[in-house]
Parts: sequence; C-alpha cells; structure tokens
Amino acid sequence: MNRVASPPILRSRAFDLVILSGVVLGLWQLAHLWGGDVAMTTPLGTLRHTVQTLASAEFWPHAGATLGAFLVALLLAAGAGVLAGALLGYHRLSGEVAEPVLVAVYSIPKVTLYPIILLFFGIGIRAEVAFGALHGVIPITLFTMNAVRNINPVFIKTGRILRLSPWALLRSVLLPATLPEVFTGLRVGFALTLIGTLLSEMFGSRRGLGFMLMNAIGLHNMDVIMSLTFMLVAFAGSANAALLVVDHRLHRRA
Amino acid sequence: MRLATRLRIGVLVATVALVEGLCRAGVIGAFTMIPPSEMALSLWRLLRAGQVQADMRRTLTAVGIAVGSSIVVGIVAGAVVHALPRLRRTIDPLLAAYYSVPVFVFYPMFIVIFGLNDIPKVMIGFLYAVAVMIINTLNGLDRVAPVLLKTARVLRMSRAATALRVVLPCAAPYLFTGIKLAIAYSFIGVVGSEFILSSGGLGYQIGFAYHDFNNPTMYALILFILSFVLVVNMTLHAWEKALMARRGLR
Repeated sequence: MNRVASPPILRSRAFDLVILSGVVLGLWQLAHLWGGDVAMTTPLGTLRHTVQTLASAEFWPHAGATLGAFLVALLLAAGAGVLAGALLGYHRLSGEVAEPVLVAVYSIPKVTLYPIILLFFGIGIRAEVAFGALHGVIPITLFTMNAVRNINPVFIKTGRILRLSPWALLRSVLLPATLPEVFTGLRVGFALTLIGTLLSEMFGSRRGLGFMLMNAIGLHNMDVIMSLTFMLVAFAGSANAALLVVDHRLHRRA
Repeated sequence: MRLATRLRIGVLVATVALVEGLCRAGVIGAFTMIPPSEMALSLWRLLRAGQVQADMRRTLTAVGIAVGSSIVVGIVAGAVVHALPRLRRTIDPLLAAYYSVPVFVFYPMFIVIFGLNDIPKVMIGFLYAVAVMIINTLNGLDRVAPVLLKTARVLRMSRAATALRVVLPCAAPYLFTGIKLAIAYSFIGVVGSEFILSSGGLGYQIGFAYHDFNNPTMYALILFILSFVLVVNMTLHAWEKALMARRGLR
C-alpha cells in the first residue's frame, strides 16, 4: 500500500478494523476454550475447513443454487420496488394511502408468511425467489418513494424551462436526483433478500446453502456448520461494506 | 377523517373482500388458501377449545424475554459506547454491517451449544433486536442539544437528574423507534427459529399444521401472530403520538 497517498483518517480506520477483527477472533478462541470442540471449531480450524469446502465438488452446486435464487429474487425486488416506489412517490395521494400499509407490512414477521408462499408456489426455487423478493421489495419501495417525493421542484421547473424532452428530463434530472436514496434502498433490500432466500432454504428445500446447513445440524457436523456460517457472514459483510462505500460516495456527491 | 385514511380503509376492505371472493369462487383452491372469514372463525374455535394457549404462552414468553433483555442491554451498551468515542469509531463498521448478516445462520450453532430448548430461539430474538436498540440509543443521545447539557450544569443538576430530566426526554423518540423495531425483530427471530427447528411454540405449530395439510389451523395461527404484532405496533405508535403531542411536538 502506498502510505504517502492514504490520508491519516483512512490509515487509522484500517487500524480500527484490525483491532476489531483481533478482538472478535480472540473472543471466538476463548468461546472455543469454554465450549469445546462439541460446540464450535476454532478460527483456524474453521478457516482450514472453509478452504477444504471451497475445493470440494458438492459445495458448488448448492452455492450456485443459492446464488441463482438470490439474484433472481433481488432483480424482481429491485424492479418491482423501484417501479412501485416511483409511482407512489409521483402520485402523492396513492403514496399517502400506501405508506402506513407498507410500513406495517415491513414490521410484521414475514417468516410467518412462508407456509403461505409454499402453498402458492410449491417447494422449490420459485418459493425461494418469491420469499426473498418479498423481504427485499418493501424497503426498496419506501426508499424510492421518499427519493421521488423529495426531488427539489426547482430542478424539474428548470428542466421544463430548458425544454428538456421527458426522456432527457428523466436521464439528466430525475435519475441523478434520486439515485443516492434509491441506492440506499437497494443496499437494505440486498441484505433482506439474502436473509429471505436463506431462510426459505432452511425451512423447506432440497438444495442450497440453507439446506446444507440444516443437513449438517441433523448430522451434527460442526465443521460444516461453522465453515458455512463463516462464509455466509464473510460474504454478507463484505458485500455490505462494498455497497456502503458506493452509498457514501453517492450521498457525498449529491 | 382525512381522504387518505378513508381511501386506505377502503382499499384494505376491498382487498380482503376480493380474497374472500376468489377463495369462495374456487379460483384459489382450498388447499392453497381458505377464505379470510374462515381464518378468523378457525382462530376463534382454537382459542375456545384451549388448544393453542400453551404454545402462545411459550412463544410470547420467549419474545418477551428477548425484547426485555435487548432493550436493557441495548440502552446500556448504547450509553456506554456513546460515552467512549474511540470505542464507537472502532465498532462502527460492525454496527453498519450487522443487519446484512442473516443472524439465523447462527441458530444451528446455538442448538448444538444449548440444546433443543427455548434458549437458542431467545438468543436469536435477542441478537436480532439488540443491535437496532443500540443504534437507536446512539442516534437519540447524539440528538441531545449541548446547550441543554450546559444548562443542566449551570443549574448544578446531579448526573442522575441530568440523565432523567434532560437526556431521557430528548432521546425518547429515538428510543421509541428502537423499542418498536426491537419487538418486530424479536418476533422474527423467535418465530423464524421455531419454524426452522424447535420443540414447540406458535412457529412450530404453524409448521406442523403446514406439513399436516391442516390449513384452518395454519391460517388461524398466522392471523393471530400478524394481528398481535400489528396491534402492539399500533398501540406503541398511538402512545408515542400522545407523548409527542403533550410536549407540543408534531
């Protein structure tokens, strides 16, 4: 790393991250001392087994199934959420009618709805996609709605005065004005969709990482449980960190 | 009544009526969904027969412990972290990434450690709820205007009095948001855990009814959980509004 180029604040933030990781690893090792091999594997053992799993043939079809279902669900949630949010933000009255309902639905435990999803879609990838999308779509809708509502009217008026075509208005005024908030919604939606997809695999599925986890509980295979947990946390954490960097950059520019 | 409120009620009633009609007309089969009126009737019968009270008590107790402990721990931890800026900067990335991690992946590990009883699901409910409580406590403490703290010092108020009379009222709206979310998240954690693997509780009974093709019981219990959470949320919301109105806010 080029030490001259990185500002002091960045260097100290990296230092903070090192301290944080060190403390977490230390606590993990201590917990292992207390709980023993029955309860969990050590950080080093987990890492070793994670590498083994990544090299094994049976892991990839499951990981592919989860990733596939997750991506389709995320696409659906993002498409439907941005579209619905834009309409509700544009048409004030519909937005006012819908907002409390959306907030209420957002706060109910959606896991309880999973059996209904299963009855409608049957066990399989369609239910996983539907459940994942159900988790992600509401925050994306709410954030997009607020973004569209809060566009400064002066921007739109200026666009009209400059006689921009509707397409040009959308591209050079509306999209840049709403992008930061919409992106925050997508970031939250990303995390929730992943949770929804994994939950549906844990509850009723024959494939995917959630199924592998449940299978490992049945077999009391601590190595698999710990390495899968580790991988999922690492994936979700680093994806979120990357999205957060983009998010901050967009908000600072706006 | 405002136009939006009237329209909202109309839309909701129309939606329920539509679902009722579709179910009665057979467009949605009885194996998929039963009419909403029959869900309510089935719930009433289950309650009268006293079949589900034990599971309700079990789930609500677990949720109650998870909510209570996450509120207490969340507020205390939030206050401690707020007082130590260095610590706060260090754990900030942890708080930012917290809800991107599906907490349920820890459930299998908890079952192995604590056994298949109610402790793992309380732990999941607690873990789901505690971070949102910490985040909202920090937000609330950030919003206490420095001038108020200075005024308290000028008036020579004790630390306890300052906390009780200045800091708490200022941070209250944020704490309220935290508590509302903590309740919702604890429910998700506990019921979700019961679905995945457990020995009893409402989530377990819903899963059992699902595998048993017992739609009346399944839909009745789902209706119960959803309406319970909605009623709790709406009550808290009304209380919050009343508190705000009394202080002349909003």
